[in-house]
Amino acid sequence: MSALAHLAASLATGAVKTVDLTHTLDPDFPVMILPPEFGQCARFRVEEVSRYDERGPGWYWRNFSCGEHTGTHFDAPIHWISGRDLPNATVDAIPTSAFVGPVCVLDCSAEAAEDEDYLLDVEAIKAWEATHGEIPAGAWVLMRTDWSKKSGAEYLNMREDGAHTPGPTSEAIRFLVETREILGFGTETVGTDAGQGAHLSPPYPAHYILHGAGKLGLQCLANLDQLPATGAILICPPLKIKHGSGSPLRVLALVE
Amino acid sequence: MTDPIRKPGRKNPQIRTVQPTLPPAFRSRKALGFTVAAAEGRFCLQRCDDCGKLTYPAREACPACLSMNLHWQDVDPAGQLIAETTIRTSTNSYFRERMPWRSGTVMLDAGVSVLAHIHGDVAPQGRVRMIARTDKSGKGVMMALPEEDVENMADDKQLRELTCDPKHRRVLITDGRTEVGQALAKAMSGAGAGIVFVGLAEQWRGFAGQAALEAIANVEIVPLDVTNTTSVQECAGEIGGKVDILINTAQHTRPGGIMGRRDVVTSRDEMEVNYFGLMRLMQGFGPGMRARGADGVNSACAWVNLLSVYALSNKPDFGSTSASQAAALSLAQCFRAEMAGSGVKVVNAYHGPLEDEWHQPLPPPKVSPNRLAREVRGALQQGLEDIAIGEVALDVRMRWKEDAGVLEKELTQIEGM
Repeated sequence: MSALAHLAASLATGAVKTVDLTHTLDPDFPVMILPPEFGQCARFRVEEVSRYDERGPGWYWRNFSCGEHTGTHFDAPIHWISGRDLPNATVDAIPTSAFVGPVCVLDCSAEAAEDEDYLLDVEAIKAWEATHGEIPAGAWVLMRTDWSKKSGAEYLNMREDGAHTPGPTSEAIRFLVETREILGFGTETVGTDAGQGAHLSPPYPAHYILHGAGKLGLQCLANLDQLPATGAILICPPLKIKHGSGSPLRVLALVE
Repeated sequence: MTDPIRKPGRKNPQIRTVQPTLPPAFRSRKALGFTVAAAEGRFCLQRCDDCGKLTYPAREACPACLSMNLHWQDVDPAGQLIAETTIRTSTNSYFRERMPWRSGTVMLDAGVSVLAHIHGDVAPQGRVRMIARTDKSGKGVMMALPEEDVENMADDKQLRELTCDPKHRRVLITDGRTEVGQALAKAMSGAGAGIVFVGLAEQWRGFAGQAALEAIANVEIVPLDVTNTTSVQECAGEIGGKVDILINTAQHTRPGGIMGRRDVVTSRDEMEVNYFGLMRLMQGFGPGMRARGADGVNSACAWVNLLSVYALSNKPDFGSTSASQAAALSLAQCFRAEMAGSGVKVVNAYHGPLEDEWHQPLPPPKVSPNRLAREVRGALQQGLEDIAIGEVALDVRMRWKEDAGVLEKELTQIEGM
């Protein structure tokens, strides 16, 4: 039996399941907040075009609008200034093989519950590897914090000195990118960086280092608690937007 | 002294809501000059440029010298009631529903006698001060008030037909995130509003002043985001039937014109709030308010647009915001036409630069949130439809009236050239 036929059979029997790692695109879902004098990320918005009425008697459809970084979304390398000159750095040019791949899930939920500013460091990654094996080259690495279970003001956790949410240290990201050669890094928070990531060196290290090396990002993920530490397959194709810096998307995982 | 209006009881759900009827609505083109002044609360009569004679009622030509050069001029509102009658029957539906109705003739100190509605506290043959206001038809009328304030005089049945007093009414302030929204919530609560609904968008992000806002008496926070059609529809569905006064405080102001910006992103945000946001509110709340213009003591009575005075003529250093405000003004004019006949006043409150973070580098005079709130409250209590708040707004509006072309040339000329 071919690998795909085997997969099809496993999906049919339920031996392989799909897990939805996506938040619903909801107008009231938080987006990244920048100082108000900067350009802002558009919120998800919907306008009804017709609903079986005089505007269109037999059909219901709507126009929606949003930013490339609204809701559960994908970051392409060109999103960050460090990735601006890389080849194939936009969502329409990234090889599609990057959108399906093995995924390692680092469970930081206990640490994030303890410390809202928790930073995932190299030591913690190595401790994870001691149990689950070395992170393979070309893998997606997701940082589970259970942050997706928070809602309202707790999600961005914004205070006068900015957001307080967990993320990686710059050394951890450098280790994943340079030593483990991962494909991409994903989080449950609004960005791949910690809420206070602007004060790390370099500022926003996940964005800077990942995208500078042509790696990919996923954020606002959900249901990471339903994934095994290793062995799942991530499916995350962004919309094929010309010169896109990112895209909202449906993220699925296949788990056994 | 007028008996104070008591807080109305809950509405009987088995009785049909009283439909708005109107006092006479037609005015000639010449006579509309009085309505323009009344909307601003100015008491005017026509004066002949050639012979100087004051004229009443409005005419096409001077009855003394037949000159066509009549213009509306503010006159002394003092006078004396010289004759009066209490009308107990009428063929006009509006008055028929409101009988008895006191009206009479006032001899103005300016030397002209006029017909007017008479406040209940004016003594027979008593001294009066006249006001000009728009009535439920949106047209200018005169009313004689007692010379000095008397207790509860705002509760006079006939005067309350001309005003939009927040007392016992339910107010919606559409955006409580700004200091202006918070100051207005406080002002409406202080003016005796039964409920002050305050809209809050994006409750996932806190803001300074939230706790103080929630602590104001009679304030109820409601989720409302004017940029989100679903949010506006849901809010209107929940509370639209009991919003008597709507004050739109949602504004998006950013410095900058055209070529200093590299894109239309910020301009789109301005339009999304200042124009489309206003339109969503009108579509959401307009129909309910229009149907409730005669719904008793707490009838729907006013819709307040806060507009930058640069809606009248563009201020280039806030050029894009000015354009969105001009769009909002144009929409407000359309809305006035669509609300005509409902008895609900559409109030345009023009203001100059606000004392806020977006005008922080600008020199004074600027309008503080408290002053803006105070003047909006005053306009509602007095029943005004067009007000200018702050020295800048008063000056710009005056110059716009004098000569819109000169104002445009002045605002767009290079300084020091």
